[in-house]
Amino acid sequence: MELYITEISKYLITLLLALYTLECFLCFRFSDEERRRGIYIRQNFLMFFVHFSCFMVICFQTGKLEYLFFYIFQQILLFATVMLFHMIYPKGNRLIINNMCMLLSIGFVILTRLSYEKAIKQFFIVTVSIAIGMVIPYLLQKFKFLKSLTWVYAMVGACALGIVLALGSVTHGSKISYSIGGITFQPSEFVKILFVFFLASALYEANDILRVTLTAIVAGMHVLILVASKDLGSALIFFIVYVFMVYIASGNVLYLLLGTAGGCGAAVVAYQFFTHVQVRVQAWKDPWSCIDDAGYQITQSLFAISSGGWFGLGLFEGNPTSIPFVEADFVFSAVAEELGIIFAICVILISISSFIMFMNISIKLRDRFYQLIAFGLGITYIFQVFLTIGGGTKFVPMTGITLPFISYGGSSVLTTLIMFFIIEGLYMIRQDEGVRSVRRKKEKAGRQGTSYAKEDAKRAAESQTEDE
Amino acid sequence: MQKKMQRERQRARQKTSRQIRIVTGMFVALFFAMVGYTCYYAMTNKQAMINNSYNSRQEMLITQNTRGTIYAYDGQVLAQTVVDADGKETRQYPFANMFAHVVGYASHGRFGVEAQTNYYLIQSNVKLSDKVASEMSGEKYPGDSVITNLDVHLQEVAYQSLGVYKGAIIVTEPSTGRILAMVSKPDFDPNEIESIWDELREDKDSGVLLNRATQGLYPPGSTFKIITALEYIRENPDTYGNYSYQCGGRFTRGEDVINCFHGTAHGSENFTKSFAKSCNASFANISVMLDRPSYGDTLEKLLFNCDLPVSFAYNKSKVIMDETVSDSDVMQASIGQGTDQITPLHMNMITAAIANDGILMKPYLIDRIENDNGNIMKQFSPEPYGSLMSQDEAEALTKLMSEVVESGTATKLKGLSYTAAGKTGSAEYNSDKSDSHAWFTGFAPVEDPQICVTIIIEGAGSGGDYAVPIARRIFNAWLEPGDGGSGS
Repeated sequence: MELYITEISKYLITLLLALYTLECFLCFRFSDEERRRGIYIRQNFLMFFVHFSCFMVICFQTGKLEYLFFYIFQQILLFATVMLFHMIYPKGNRLIINNMCMLLSIGFVILTRLSYEKAIKQFFIVTVSIAIGMVIPYLLQKFKFLKSLTWVYAMVGACALGIVLALGSVTHGSKISYSIGGITFQPSEFVKILFVFFLASALYEANDILRVTLTAIVAGMHVLILVASKDLGSALIFFIVYVFMVYIASGNVLYLLLGTAGGCGAAVVAYQFFTHVQVRVQAWKDPWSCIDDAGYQITQSLFAISSGGWFGLGLFEGNPTSIPFVEADFVFSAVAEELGIIFAICVILISISSFIMFMNISIKLRDRFYQLIAFGLGITYIFQVFLTIGGGTKFVPMTGITLPFISYGGSSVLTTLIMFFIIEGLYMIRQDEGVRSVRRKKEKAGRQGTSYAKEDAKRAAESQTEDE
Repeated sequence: MQKKMQRERQRARQKTSRQIRIVTGMFVALFFAMVGYTCYYAMTNKQAMINNSYNSRQEMLITQNTRGTIYAYDGQVLAQTVVDADGKETRQYPFANMFAHVVGYASHGRFGVEAQTNYYLIQSNVKLSDKVASEMSGEKYPGDSVITNLDVHLQEVAYQSLGVYKGAIIVTEPSTGRILAMVSKPDFDPNEIESIWDELREDKDSGVLLNRATQGLYPPGSTFKIITALEYIRENPDTYGNYSYQCGGRFTRGEDVINCFHGTAHGSENFTKSFAKSCNASFANISVMLDRPSYGDTLEKLLFNCDLPVSFAYNKSKVIMDETVSDSDVMQASIGQGTDQITPLHMNMITAAIANDGILMKPYLIDRIENDNGNIMKQFSPEPYGSLMSQDEAEALTKLMSEVVESGTATKLKGLSYTAAGKTGSAEYNSDKSDSHAWFTGFAPVEDPQICVTIIIEGAGSGGDYAVPIARRIFNAWLEPGDGGSGS
């Protein structure tokens, strides 16, 4: 009986998530939220079934009742998030919220399987984070002064990173966190958002060479502090975000090439001078030759991914806990092993669909500042997904950063939630922009009465309905 | 003015939109590359990873499934796991020593088919309902079975024929590459592996654990003349028939002397006779005329110093041949002495390619994998490796090798109900030149080769006297079913 349930649910779970993922991309066929409603409701049902099926397997496998209660709490949280958000922000984007909840629920499933205690801790952090996140779209629309805080962002960000470097505690060889009142923070996570705000506010008006140089100095400072803290993954994210944001702000492809060349040069220098960089690269090039030490984690991760096959071994049927720090750095490999490669690919595709939505919103935003923020956060998010999954699959050297929403880690999940809610805020700002611009054009058209202006207004009205 | 500014702004916005789209596309492409790479890497390396000793999933599968059974091609059990009343598992090998090296053992790092197919043996692909039934009765799931190409009768004949000698025999089907028999001596009883392991490990001299058929490196002796002949034919495709030489029992060049076996003077001989009589002096004479880089290329094409296209443990054959090699060394190399080294497996592959119009089929041991319900999980098929020589060259060599049987060193294969072709060798391995390994490599029937045999007997004497009679027994077993054989 148990065996039938676990076997059949393997295929069922994969199928349900594949359908959910399909809906993620189908929604790009429609340009207004109204027509996507059917998709969103179907997604909510699929989400529920995936989550439910996974926990049914967990309950059968463990035979413990507490897992059932835990599931119910999770379900309530996710349901409340979807419903409340829709009620508070009827004009919000529901794909982003759905994807957020879908990924969170996958995170709960895999964390519960890996470590019940950590899953519970994560659940509380997520609950608080969502409560905080819910007010962000509102604040973003109210706080018009965010554009002018350029140097505040830079100062706060650099200081936060500097303090960690000076006083932080060492975890796995990197100084990345410090504790206040028993709660451990990883400031590099939050500083990512400040950094994007800094770049957006510094570059939205002027993007001459002086500005770019000035931002380069600040960005370089951030990156250097992170390298000194041995947090190479975050350093790389900051660097990439800087290069791409300067490219979009200036529109000059030369900056992108210059930045890439500079980055490659810096990587070579880092490789020459830091042994921990050499060790990472060595473990990436040939993990099998150093399987006892540097290559241990990555080879264990590869074992996990390859043993799963297309549909996975089933929850509790594999051995993902053989990977050190699996719940933070290698959660993707655990997902691939027990839930299957197809499921894992769906997780990637859901992340990509969120990214594409971020970028669509960025394109539609008229205000340059907000446009740059949406773009910068999108790059931050997707590049982090890329680094962590690429690291676990030996596609790129391992950097030891988390998979947003799925990995265990309070700072990570709070930061990603804030990022997603900021995007929601920007989405609603865009809608107000659209309404305002139509109103303005209409007024203008009425005043001038020319056919040209009328046409213009018509075009603007059309473009407004097209807005995401 | 205002309109112009507005239009400029519009253009700038469009440019930004385009750039954002490009960046989006870049990242999506990056992810596709990563997903493709991951799937490819995980799927292609799946077996190697499961077999890696650092992978704990192997232990998981072993506790979950009973190790599968290894069968001969006709269905006889070669290795199986027996579970007693207490649930204690024992690996049994019904034929004991006979299949020791080829089937191998399942503990102490594993060996042979046990190692090669470990991945399949520890998996269980039985029907779900059977799994449930096993679960109910508290048994482990039955592992998948491996059906090999091995023929029990042929193996038995080969095993018995080698007698008390050390050495190896490998028998294949030239048109498919199927390995029909593989014997290595000295041998051991895999049933006793637990108790004899330490003793075998310590005994470095006799190398009992070595599979001589695939891992044993021997001086090829006169069997190497097949390759020297091929190179001579390649360099003189139209005129090699005109070759003539007067053999006085030795070939001298400067201070170097190459003696014929037992110093026999072969008299006046052409190319065919030189080959048939295995005349060392004549081949030394040929060798100094050969273009050394081209000779080196031919050897490389025949997979010397290269990886062999097989999926089990073996050693690479070694030979040094380029323009820097001295006359003296070329003379030695061309008759398979000196530093040349080859495995019986490799010699068999070259012979099989000659029998198969120059096309080498990859030698393989495993026919298929079945689950416990008898459904085929994976079927292995014959795979061509490629052409080692042209069809004309293969035909020319076949003629030479037929003459060896007709009038040369392997006349013990003459006058049978089938025709055979081959080459003998007596590889001297001691400086005092009294001891030699007996070689034979050949195939039968000549018109339609069905079986290719390579034999090495350590320290027995001449190939014609010791190896050829064994070849005859193996050919008989396969080609004359009435003779008690189990021929196909």
